[in-house]
Amino acid sequence: MHKVRKPDLAVIGAGPAGLGAALAAYEAGLKDVMIIERDVELGGILPQCIHDGFGSIVFKETLTGPQYAQRFIDRVEKTDIEVKLNTMVLDLKPDRSITAVNAREGILEIRPRSLVLAMGCRERTRHQILIPGYRPAGVICAGAAQRDINIEGLLPGRRVVILGSGDIGLIMARRFTLEGAEVEGVYEIMDHPGGLTRNVVQCLHDFDIPLHLSHTVTFIHGRKRVEAVTVSRVGEDLKPVRGTERVVPCDTLVLSVGLIPENELSKKAGVALDPATAGPVVDERMETSVDGIFACGNVMNVFDLVDYVTHTAEVAGRAAAEYVLVGRKREREAPLRVEPGRNVKFVVPQILRGLDREVSFYFRVRHPERAVRPNLVVGEKALAGRRAKMVRPPEMVRVKAGPEELKSLRERGEVRIEVMPDTGGGGEGGEEEGDGAK
Amino acid sequence: MRKTHSFTCINCPLSCSLELVEEDGEILEVKGNDCEIGRRYAEEEFRDPRRMVTTTVKVRNGILPLLPVVSTKPIPKPLVKEAVRSLAGVVLEAPVEDGQVIVADILNTGADIVASRRLDRLHSAGND
Repeated sequence: MHKVRKPDLAVIGAGPAGLGAALAAYEAGLKDVMIIERDVELGGILPQCIHDGFGSIVFKETLTGPQYAQRFIDRVEKTDIEVKLNTMVLDLKPDRSITAVNAREGILEIRPRSLVLAMGCRERTRHQILIPGYRPAGVICAGAAQRDINIEGLLPGRRVVILGSGDIGLIMARRFTLEGAEVEGVYEIMDHPGGLTRNVVQCLHDFDIPLHLSHTVTFIHGRKRVEAVTVSRVGEDLKPVRGTERVVPCDTLVLSVGLIPENELSKKAGVALDPATAGPVVDERMETSVDGIFACGNVMNVFDLVDYVTHTAEVAGRAAAEYVLVGRKREREAPLRVEPGRNVKFVVPQILRGLDREVSFYFRVRHPERAVRPNLVVGEKALAGRRAKMVRPPEMVRVKAGPEELKSLRERGEVRIEVMPDTGGGGEGGEEEGDGAK
Repeated sequence: MRKTHSFTCINCPLSCSLELVEEDGEILEVKGNDCEIGRRYAEEEFRDPRRMVTTTVKVRNGILPLLPVVSTKPIPKPLVKEAVRSLAGVVLEAPVEDGQVIVADILNTGADIVASRRLDRLHSAGND
């Protein structure tokens, strides 16, 4: 049998999360860091996200996806971090042992002293939203279409209908248009757009592409190739309204209907998942329920800003380094759960084990709300928060709390994140953060 | 003649619906904005809207067939389609450096089109 590699840290995935985590761990003193990536190059999804708007928080300027990735790739190339490209992880065990395979080395056994899960997410498909009709060619996920157009140089269709108004769908409406295809319209089942306003304006309004809210696709026509789709208005119950059907001729249906964290390996390692995020339950160090296994980026929950992915990656990378170099006393006390409170759908991190460092809590609201103060609340006391003119479900909110604020958490009772109406006045909490764009 | 133009502000999650009233090109009023940034945005969108250009150009003998490119600054919005169309004809030879100028001063806008990543030469393509 082959030799077993035992690096200080193995990172699975080389997108912004994996690169950020590997670099943070390396800079924190880990000597033997390995990145395992199934694709032919580093960068994850960023190389195909050729539009600009990335990095406004991390770099204070806006970059394209490839530019954002290039900054991290350049840094990795200056280190002796080992990069294994074209390498697929097949199995992961609770003791962190990895079985991977590539065409050059065959089967690899890797037993790292710490591990970061950075596998990102993947697209929801037609089969997960159950669109009736035939099963012709020409039904494609927005990210797959983005890869065809921006990496492979292929145009998937000439007359396009887009279902879902998430950011990737909006970006692809513009991209198809600029590449000479006709985008008939974007159909969104909800009564508000799924993506950022910036993208609605710059990708749809700029090109006179109609956005049909409260509409969905109810039938796909065509036996070999898509020939048309039926679209219908939906009622408040999100069910199609009879009599509102309209047949739209097209050769391609692009789906932008959500992303799912990719956690098959996490499950094999016995990592506990949070049903609200579909990602691992993590603590303030981004450590999962399994000792020495950390998670960051979109594998944890789907972020809208790559800047936040990078932040979580740096926390995970530093924590992995600390785990290897310093070790860790097992806590005597049970972890504290951070509950989602008023108008909060989910929060990461979900638990707190140590209270010794600044923690950024990331969360999404359930519904839009004006003039609010998102807060970390313990018992009845608000600890850290900031005012926001508006919060909306597509835009993740971040609240930071320092060790001072967290210090006396244990004695005070239930910890939760909640969004409260802003009653004015000063109080703790800083300025609103700059808005980035995806 | 007095006309009203509608814009959606993109500067914060409020997404204010802005209305700009003008008479023969002279701005009379901006309504619907929650703050000063919104007013300035409406004025810019009316007078001289600008957008960044991002697209791809063809590359020969690269590890990938396409290179993503970006403008060094925003160009007038009405010129974006033409800029992208003109870039469709560009064919480069790998390797390409990150930031390399692909087309200088595109459509006399003062903006350069530059590579937004490094693109290495395919090993099997050999060196010149």
